[in-house]
Amino acid sequence: MNWLRLYAIVYLVFLYLPVLLLPVFSFNDATVIAFPLNGFTTKWFVELAGIDALHGALKNSLFIGLSSATLSTLLGICAARASTRYRFPFKAPIMGTIMLPLVLPEIIVAVSLLVVLMQLGFSLTSWTVIMGHTLICTPFAIAILSSSFQGLDQSLEEAAVDLGETRWGAFSKIILPLVTPGIVASFLIAFTISMDEFIIAFFLTGADPTLPVYIWSQLRFPKRLPSVMALGTLLILASLVLLSIAEYFRRRGIRRTGAKDSGGFL
Amino acid sequence: MSSIISLSGIHKYYGDYHALRGIDLEIKQGEFFSLLGPSGCGKTTLLRVIAGFEDVSEGVLLLDGANMARVPANKRPTNMVFQSYAIFPHLTVGQNVAFGLRKKGLSKADMAAAADEALTMVGLAGYGSRAAHALSGGQRQRVALARALVLKPKVLLLDEPLSALDKKMREQMQSELRRLQRQVGITFILVTHDQEEALIMSDRIAVMFEGEIAQMASPQELYRRPATRRVGEFIGVMNFLEAKQTGTTEKAVSFDVEGLGNAEISVDQLPEGARATADVVGLRPEALSILFEGQNPTGRVADATVQDLAYYGDMTYYEVTLEGSSTPVTISMKNLISRPVLERGTKTRVQWDERSLVIFAA
Repeated sequence: MNWLRLYAIVYLVFLYLPVLLLPVFSFNDATVIAFPLNGFTTKWFVELAGIDALHGALKNSLFIGLSSATLSTLLGICAARASTRYRFPFKAPIMGTIMLPLVLPEIIVAVSLLVVLMQLGFSLTSWTVIMGHTLICTPFAIAILSSSFQGLDQSLEEAAVDLGETRWGAFSKIILPLVTPGIVASFLIAFTISMDEFIIAFFLTGADPTLPVYIWSQLRFPKRLPSVMALGTLLILASLVLLSIAEYFRRRGIRRTGAKDSGGFL
Repeated sequence: MSSIISLSGIHKYYGDYHALRGIDLEIKQGEFFSLLGPSGCGKTTLLRVIAGFEDVSEGVLLLDGANMARVPANKRPTNMVFQSYAIFPHLTVGQNVAFGLRKKGLSKADMAAAADEALTMVGLAGYGSRAAHALSGGQRQRVALARALVLKPKVLLLDEPLSALDKKMREQMQSELRRLQRQVGITFILVTHDQEEALIMSDRIAVMFEGEIAQMASPQELYRRPATRRVGEFIGVMNFLEAKQTGTTEKAVSFDVEGLGNAEISVDQLPEGARATADVVGLRPEALSILFEGQNPTGRVADATVQDLAYYGDMTYYEVTLEGSSTPVTISMKNLISRPVLERGTKTRVQWDERSLVIFAA
């Protein structure tokens, strides 16, 4: 076995072993998170069903996730269309600024948003979290949607107009159906990011915590640890499903427009 | 004859860039008209102006007598076949063809019948339910044609429709387009950079350079009497020889042509404005011929040396220099069983005819 292969394996183990431990301990019949395992149980999952605060946090997270996914996808459609279809002054700096949150440390974004919102006299609610999440999800939405819009032949829209459609008709009958897979993919990824996001939610959340914030707050209670593990297992599963659906739609979109796959997120 | 399209004084600016510089053009009903020129000459811009995708900065565009100044692209009686074909990939072939019909207020059955008829016309009968994205290049081209023709436009605009096809397919489509045009009787305007394609297909050709029409004529006229040296160079192969004007009479102008000697050109062979300015004459490769041994000349004769040759099977292209001249001259000769192919360095005689000399306008 050569060194590169060994390196790759060590790398993968390091990356995914901790994640794999999560489901292992969530089925372990003991409150202490340690080996050796004590026996199989599903009681931690059952326990999850009985925690009201968790349900509140889940609902809150879903609301925030859906809202910020909708907002960032809408903004992403506008930006992606503008950047692929039109030329305008300062396009590169404008697009750069929009994409910046992708690389900006989240803690910086979170703290500055908090300071500004406080100064402006906003009270912290789910809406402030939605604002923050929209900010960080939009670059992802643009990245996905740009590749959808870019794959489109510019003449398609003109052809529709030439055949008697209005500009809006051409967009809604030709362009939208062709980028729908991209829109779905963008929505799902933005939703997943928002569901998982901790730092911004932690800083900007009001009385109702999001799911990650709730999980973090439970870590203080050792007794709750196994049910947090169970919750984590469910979240991993949900994330995997959502990302797979997103990727499926992205690839289908590429197939439909007959473009070449330039690589997505997965 | 009535003009279906009439352009006068069309200018188009993109910022500082002057893309169309005063285009005047009349296209007759039922004509197959080509806009020919190198890339960047403004031919596509002109087509897009007619389609309504570009506004004109100046000038008047009449389509079947109606001013198009305030008519948007979707209301114009023109349809376009795009260079990329722009077939809607998420629809079936039938839905693509019927796309423009939805606005015409036809019944579903009438729409389907019209679409089928159009598909049959382009040789794709029975393809209606196929997915559009699975078609080959040639088939897409046909769908694009059917989609435009089904609307019975007054003018069909074709933007380099054959440039994406391979050679065989292109030649087949050229004759098929011609046949279709005669069949439907619709005015076709073709944009192309391929001079051969323009010659084969068109009734009339406008050659464009730098946003201006350099010459507008029938293919024969264009090939035989290119108005300028540049047009002559762009269309087919042309030899250029220096010429000095030596005298003028009522009926003819005499020139002293490099390597060929004195030539008398009859007045009706001259374009307007050529008299005083011609310092070069043009000669097509087939206007000169090599005199093989034992052949009697039927025209004027000059001595020449074979410098190089290219053998094409049916033809041989000789590059010769004429006695007393160093300008290479191309001569095309049909290869016959009775004719040898000359070797490099062979001294020979060539014959030519004064009537085939081309004098250019300034």
